[in-house]
Amino acid sequence: MSEAIANQEGFDAQQSGRLALFKEFWSYFSENRGAVIGMIFFFCVVLVAIFANFIAPHSATEQFRDAFLQPPFWQVGGEWRFPLGTDAVGRDVLSRLIYGSRYSLFIGCIVVSVSLVFGVVLGLCAGFFRGKVDIVIMRVMDVVLAFPSLLLALVLVAILGPSLINAMIAIAIVQQPHYVRLTRAAVLGETTKDYVTAARGIGVGKLRLMFVTILPNCMAPLIVQAALSFSSAILDAAALGFLGMGAQPPTPEWGTMLAEAREFILRAWWVVTFPGVAILTTVLAINLMGDGLRDALDPKLKRS
Amino acid sequence: MISLLLKKLGVLIPTFFGVTLVAFIFIRLLPGDPVMLMAGERGMSEERHAEMMQVFGYDRPLYEQYLSYLGDLVQGDLGNSIITKRPVLEEFMTLFPATVELSLCAIILAILLGLPAGVIAATRRGSAFDHTVMTGALTGYSMPIFWWGLLLIILFSGILGWTPVSGRISLFYYFEPVTGFMLIDSLLSGEKGAFLSAVSHLILPSIVLATIPLAVIARQTRSAMLEVLGEDYVRTARAKGLGPGRVIGLHTLRNAMIPVITVIGLQVGVLFAGAILTETIFSWPGIGKWMVDSIFRRDYPSVQGGLLMIAAVVMIVNLIVDLLYGLINPQIRHTD
Repeated sequence: MSEAIANQEGFDAQQSGRLALFKEFWSYFSENRGAVIGMIFFFCVVLVAIFANFIAPHSATEQFRDAFLQPPFWQVGGEWRFPLGTDAVGRDVLSRLIYGSRYSLFIGCIVVSVSLVFGVVLGLCAGFFRGKVDIVIMRVMDVVLAFPSLLLALVLVAILGPSLINAMIAIAIVQQPHYVRLTRAAVLGETTKDYVTAARGIGVGKLRLMFVTILPNCMAPLIVQAALSFSSAILDAAALGFLGMGAQPPTPEWGTMLAEAREFILRAWWVVTFPGVAILTTVLAINLMGDGLRDALDPKLKRS
Repeated sequence: MISLLLKKLGVLIPTFFGVTLVAFIFIRLLPGDPVMLMAGERGMSEERHAEMMQVFGYDRPLYEQYLSYLGDLVQGDLGNSIITKRPVLEEFMTLFPATVELSLCAIILAILLGLPAGVIAATRRGSAFDHTVMTGALTGYSMPIFWWGLLLIILFSGILGWTPVSGRISLFYYFEPVTGFMLIDSLLSGEKGAFLSAVSHLILPSIVLATIPLAVIARQTRSAMLEVLGEDYVRTARAKGLGPGRVIGLHTLRNAMIPVITVIGLQVGVLFAGAILTETIFSWPGIGKWMVDSIFRRDYPSVQGGLLMIAAVVMIVNLIVDLLYGLINPQIRHTD
C-alpha cells in the first residue's frame, strides 16, 4: 500500500517536473514573437496538408482544357474558379500548391527522422567508444562534409536515379554528418560528469548508458538542429526538383512546379511566383521556430 | 603557426583520400559498367566490350584500379569527357574562372552589405533598423535562390528591361579570353561598351548568389558584435571616455571579426552549391552549370572529375581560412 503511494507520488513529481520544464520552455519560447508567428503559420501549413482533400477546389492533376495559363482572379481574364490562376496545361495553381504542402512536410519529416536516427547512433558510438571507432566515423563524416551539400545530393541522385524518394535519401545522407558531430560533441561533454560515473559504478550496461543515461541530456542541440534541417531539407528537395532531379512531373511538389513554370516566366508571372512564395514562407516559418527553439533550449545562447 | 598547419594537414590529407575514394567509387556505382556508359544507347558487341574493358583496365581488381586512378590524378589526368573527348581537367580550368568571377563578386557584395548591417544592428539593438536587418537576414537565409533569380529576371529583365537574362557578355562582343575573367578581359579588349556589358550580365547572378552568404554574414556579425560589446574591456574603454567610433572601430570590431572571418570562409561550399542553381538559371557558363549539364548528358568522367576538383578547392580554401584564423587569433595559435 505504502509502496503504491510512494510510486504515485514519484509519478506525480515526475509529471509536475515535466510540466515545469515545459512551462519554462514556453515562457522563453513565447518571448520571441517571431517564433510564435512561425509556429502558428507552420501549424496552418500542417492543417492544410492534412485536409488538402477538403480545402483544394480542384484535383492537383485535373486539366481544364478551357483555361490554359489563366491569370489570378484579380487580373483581367482571371476568374474565381481558379483563384491563383492556372498553369500551362490548365491545372489549378492553388490546388497544386495545397497538395504540394503534403510533399514538403513529408520530405522534411522523413529526411529529419532518417538523418537524426542514423546521425545520433553514429555520434553516440563515436563519442562513447572513442578510439578507432571514433576516428573512422569522424573521418567518413569529414569526407561527406568536404563536398558542397547540394552537389553531393545531385550526384547521389544521379547514381540512384531521379525520384522523390531518392532525393530524400540523398538529402538525408548529406545532412547526417551535422547530427553525428553534434551528438558526439554533446556525448563527450556528458561522459565525464558525475551522474554518468555513478551509473557506470552501479553497473549499468553500455547500451542503457548510451541511450537512456546520456542521450536525453544531449537532446537540446539536436532538437534545434532538427528544426533547422527540416527547413533546409525542404529547400534542397525543392532545388533538386527544380533541377529535374527530385520529384517528377506531374507531382505537385513546389520545386518541380517551378521547373515546369520556368519557360513561362516572362508570360505568366503567377505560375512562377506562387510556388516560390509557398516554399519561402514555409521555410521562413520553420526557421523562425528554430530560432525560438534555440533561444529556449540552448542555455549557452539564452538571452541574458 | 607551422604546427597548426601540420595539424590541419593531418586531418586534410586523409579526408582528401576519402574524397578521391568517393569520386572513384561514384562511377562504379552507376547502373551498368563504364564501358557501356561510354557506348551509350548504341551498345556494343560482347567481344568489343571485353576488349574495351581490358583497354581501360576495368577487368583488373578494384584496388589496382584505384591505385592507377590515384597515379593518373598525381599527373593531373582526370580522364576525358565522353561528350567533347577533351581532358576533364582542361574543361574544368576553362570554365572555372567564370565561377570564380561570379563567386568573388557575390562574396564581396555579401561582405560589403552584411558586415555594416550586422555592426549597425548590434549597436542599435532592439531598434527598428535591427529588426529590419534581422527579419531581412532570416528571409534571405530561407530563400529558395532559384526562385529568387527567376523573380529578379521577371522584374529587371522582363518588366523594366534593365539587365540581360543570360550569359556573361553580349553576343556583339567577341575577344580571345586572356585571364578568363570577363570583367578584366573586356577591359583589356579595348572594345567600347564591352566592360559595361560584362557588368550588366554580372549584376543579377551576383545578387542571387550573394543572398544566402549575405544573410549568414549579417547574422553572425551581429551576434559576434553583441557578444564583444558585453565584454568588460569594452566597458572599460567606454568608461575611459573613448568615443563610440573608437570603441566600436578599435576595440570591438577587431575581436568580433574573428568568428565572422570563419563564417565567411565557410561560405565557399555554400557558394559552389549556390552556383549550381544560379548558373543554371542565368545560363552562366561556369562549373555549376557544367556539372548539372554533365549529369544530364551522362558525361560521368566529367562529373567524377568535377566532384573531385570542387571538393579539393573547398578544402584548400577552408585550410587557408583556418590558417588566417590562427594568424588573427593568438588563442588558437598557441593551443598545443
